[in-house]
Amino acid sequence: MTEWKRASDPPAEGGGSGTPLVNAVPHPDVGGGVPVHPRGDDDGYNAELTVIGRRMRKTDGLSKSTGRARYTDDLTLPGMLHGKILRSPHPHARILSIDTSEAEALPGVFGVVTGEEMPTPYGIIVWTPDEQALATERVRYIGDGVAAVAAVDEDTALRALERIRVEYEVLEAIFDPEEAARRTDVQIHEAKRAGHNGNISKIVKLEFGDLDAGFGKADEVIEGEYFFEGTTHTPIEPHCAIGQWEEGGAGVGRLTVWSSTQVPHYLHRELAKVLELDPARVRVVQPPVGGGFGGKSEPFDLEFCVAKLAMKTGRPVKILYTREEVFLAHRGRHPFKMKYRVGATADGKLTAVEGRTLLDGGAYSSFGLVTTYYSGQLLTAPYEMPAYRFHSTRVFTNKPACGPKRGHGSVQPRFAFEVSLDKLAERLGMDPIELRRRNFMGGYRRTINELRVTSNGFLQCLDSVERASGWKDRFRKMGFGRGLGIAGSCYISGTNYPIYPNAMPQSAVQIQVDRSGRVTIFSGASDIGQGSDSVPAYIVCEELGVPLDYVRVVASDTDLTPVDLGAYSSRVTFMMGNACIDAARKIKAVVQEAVAEEWGVKPGRVLLAGGMAMDGMDTGRSMPIREAFNLAEARSGTLGAVGSYNTPKDVHGDYRGGTIGASPAYSFTAHVAEVEVDPDTGFVEVKTIWVAHDCGRALNPAIVEGQMEGSAYMGFGEALMEQQVYKDANHGRAGLHDGPSLLDYRVPSSLDTPELRALIVESIDPEGPYGAKEAGEGPLHPSIPAIANAIYDAVGVRMDSLPFSPPRVWRALQEKAARQSSPPEHEREAAD
Amino acid sequence: MKDLLTLRVNGDTHEVAVPTHWTLLEALRYAVALTGSKQGCDKGDCGACTVWVDGVPTLSCITPVYEAVGREVRTVEGLAGFRTPVGVPHPLQDAFDVCGAAQCGFCTPGILMSAAALLEENATPTRDDVREALSGNLCRCTGYTKILDAVEMAAARLRGEETRDADDPRAARVLLPPDTMLAEKAEEVAR
Repeated sequence: MTEWKRASDPPAEGGGSGTPLVNAVPHPDVGGGVPVHPRGDDDGYNAELTVIGRRMRKTDGLSKSTGRARYTDDLTLPGMLHGKILRSPHPHARILSIDTSEAEALPGVFGVVTGEEMPTPYGIIVWTPDEQALATERVRYIGDGVAAVAAVDEDTALRALERIRVEYEVLEAIFDPEEAARRTDVQIHEAKRAGHNGNISKIVKLEFGDLDAGFGKADEVIEGEYFFEGTTHTPIEPHCAIGQWEEGGAGVGRLTVWSSTQVPHYLHRELAKVLELDPARVRVVQPPVGGGFGGKSEPFDLEFCVAKLAMKTGRPVKILYTREEVFLAHRGRHPFKMKYRVGATADGKLTAVEGRTLLDGGAYSSFGLVTTYYSGQLLTAPYEMPAYRFHSTRVFTNKPACGPKRGHGSVQPRFAFEVSLDKLAERLGMDPIELRRRNFMGGYRRTINELRVTSNGFLQCLDSVERASGWKDRFRKMGFGRGLGIAGSCYISGTNYPIYPNAMPQSAVQIQVDRSGRVTIFSGASDIGQGSDSVPAYIVCEELGVPLDYVRVVASDTDLTPVDLGAYSSRVTFMMGNACIDAARKIKAVVQEAVAEEWGVKPGRVLLAGGMAMDGMDTGRSMPIREAFNLAEARSGTLGAVGSYNTPKDVHGDYRGGTIGASPAYSFTAHVAEVEVDPDTGFVEVKTIWVAHDCGRALNPAIVEGQMEGSAYMGFGEALMEQQVYKDANHGRAGLHDGPSLLDYRVPSSLDTPELRALIVESIDPEGPYGAKEAGEGPLHPSIPAIANAIYDAVGVRMDSLPFSPPRVWRALQEKAARQSSPPEHEREAAD
Repeated sequence: MKDLLTLRVNGDTHEVAVPTHWTLLEALRYAVALTGSKQGCDKGDCGACTVWVDGVPTLSCITPVYEAVGREVRTVEGLAGFRTPVGVPHPLQDAFDVCGAAQCGFCTPGILMSAAALLEENATPTRDDVREALSGNLCRCTGYTKILDAVEMAAARLRGEETRDADDPRAARVLLPPDTMLAEKAEEVAR
């Protein structure tokens, strides 16, 4: 057996010991029937690492904590105008006419734009382009944009909006997803084909294995209905964009858009398409972004409007969303109605799982095609499922469009499924952690829906939270009102395929070395706070041996940086990291050869670390890294390299939809939540969440923990506090957002948030950069079912609808008391 | 209509012409060009705009600019050099970097001003004291854990105590055994 030790062992005094060696590199045989494609050369995974795995500062940490970082709204250009967008007051209406003449006549107004000037439909998913920059014929939710103005200041722009006359024919609106699926007389979108219902956005039915046989073998079948209320991202930075148009000497211009986007490359494409510009004349710059969480991962009306208004007025134009507009832009988590059947044998082994889900998509498609697949495809690990069927339907309603929020499409079914497992364990009289262990699928094999799983540290995650929470001594033993709950999950490390079909790399990095020893990395990846500007810097430090402050990162500017597809689907560290290793090793090889020639040794003996080039066989021989770079430049010419990464294509099933949910690697998570429930008020206090996450390798444990804690926090907020809901006709104007402010929406504060204990598990994945997998989304999933299961442990009620707010918990307790049914064995009587 | 006002910000005197209805935040960001203080909600919900007015943490997005006339305003840009030599980051600013307490960094300026005010009053705050002091500042990235860590680290530094530079061993990590062991363990569990 190979020795393994804890990466948390503190580094030796003075630093330099780095992450301990972990011998988990897959031998060629370890794939066990699945293809494995280790990236990089043979020193990639077993090499002694000196930088990777250490807690390090971020490259942008101090610029953010000193106020120097310049976000989009911090930028001001000479002559800049301020724009505002007029939004529909109706949830569903036909636009009969728009008269902008009065607005245009207002002093201080420089330009007005309507949808007719940029009618080309677009959509983040190329197969479902059903949005327009501004609506031309129909508005589909309260807040749909219809016109925009650019004026000398915001006040004038707002006055101009009041002078735009829009004549609407109000149409019947549908808010309930079941009604939308049923009704054919009211169509929110045109039916794609005769006989189809235009209110249906997407239907996915997939079946794997023999369901009937599976349920036939089951000794217990747990059936349940669940409801997940929609939530939204609420990054603290509202969306902001600035457009600038520079007329060229030959009569052709160049457009630059600065935007708080997570997807500069996709924005680049859509801007060119909608504005009918040659993409070579469009530049998208992404300044530091004040949080995204999926809420900035597609184009929004403001980006098209600042571009068009800049083109019309010849001046730079800025639009900053109000907080209310951020709530209306939404693209947050879909409300899900779910039914699950879970069959298992008496010893707790799953035999069959069946899910049926209805997704309330809101007014537009957004990422909905993917969401609908993810609602079923991502449930098949980490547990062995002999048979599985899901049937998911996404419908349109007259509300802001739903889209991808952290844990896209799989947080809702994971909640339902992990609560089902808890019910199953209860029915079988089995410890719920033990039940999960018994169904562990293992690593290096395929799921029932043929997704290839490589490294899998889920068992260690379970062990870790079991130990840290004192589970064995406390579960079902804490007395009425207090309880523990467990849940697990898995998530993708990037989608295997880009949003538009192409065979080009998903990520690329360019590195340039200066004669001073300074290394500049040009990275297309989008840092939204997760640290993707820092990751390539750590990689360059590791590979080229330069200190961190010798590294500059130029990121996410489509004129300067190679294409990376964006910050979504937890793809950035995995894909950009691999691209960066690729580029850095090309330079490393050139430097090693040059130094080796100088010393008359073999290149493999030349080590680059700690700001030096050293002879690995002769500790007395070394030179500063700058001299090594200069030698290499003299010998081979200017030092620079590009590197790229594309995904392996044999990691999924060959069936329609089989590519969706496919990823080069999967992360695994387990949480234990501890709660205290006040039976008199229904108030649930979450004391602690223990979060164990298999991130492959923690490139910087401090950043990984930050992602784990932030994810668990966000899940906690969804479990207890947050909901994106709209008024009905009895409580104001139907379809109007119920409370578009951070306090009404109830974002958890420092006093609400529980203790979060991050427990990193490293399984060293063969495909990831140094073995890394994702950490930014997976650790959100189990928060919600772990809390639901803990509430059951505390007071014996099942919370199958979100959020677990005091009225709901209190009502559940009342209903339970009224039922007078026989309480579960474990339950202690309340002192009435 | 604009008025000419004199503002004292971070020890400097600024004469600015601002619309009469502007808030202190608008004046700071768009007239004085100190963009460190952020606008997250424009209605006093998020705390990203927090600055000091005469040493008191204040939501500048709901403070009329007139309220600040004749008072000393301090923003995140003026935190460096306040308890440190000129230009040197405040221990809080450095601790935020060391601990990874700033992810997207948008709430950070406001949180720093609330935390720095706490540390001016209380050199030995408990973790709950810090939670209380920051309860008006929303962070959407971190779950607050690293922020609380950073404030505690800065408090220790301000008391003259030694702190670690970057390694925080509190969080245990688990390394996997080789995959062969994984398979064995799965079988063992299955048995």
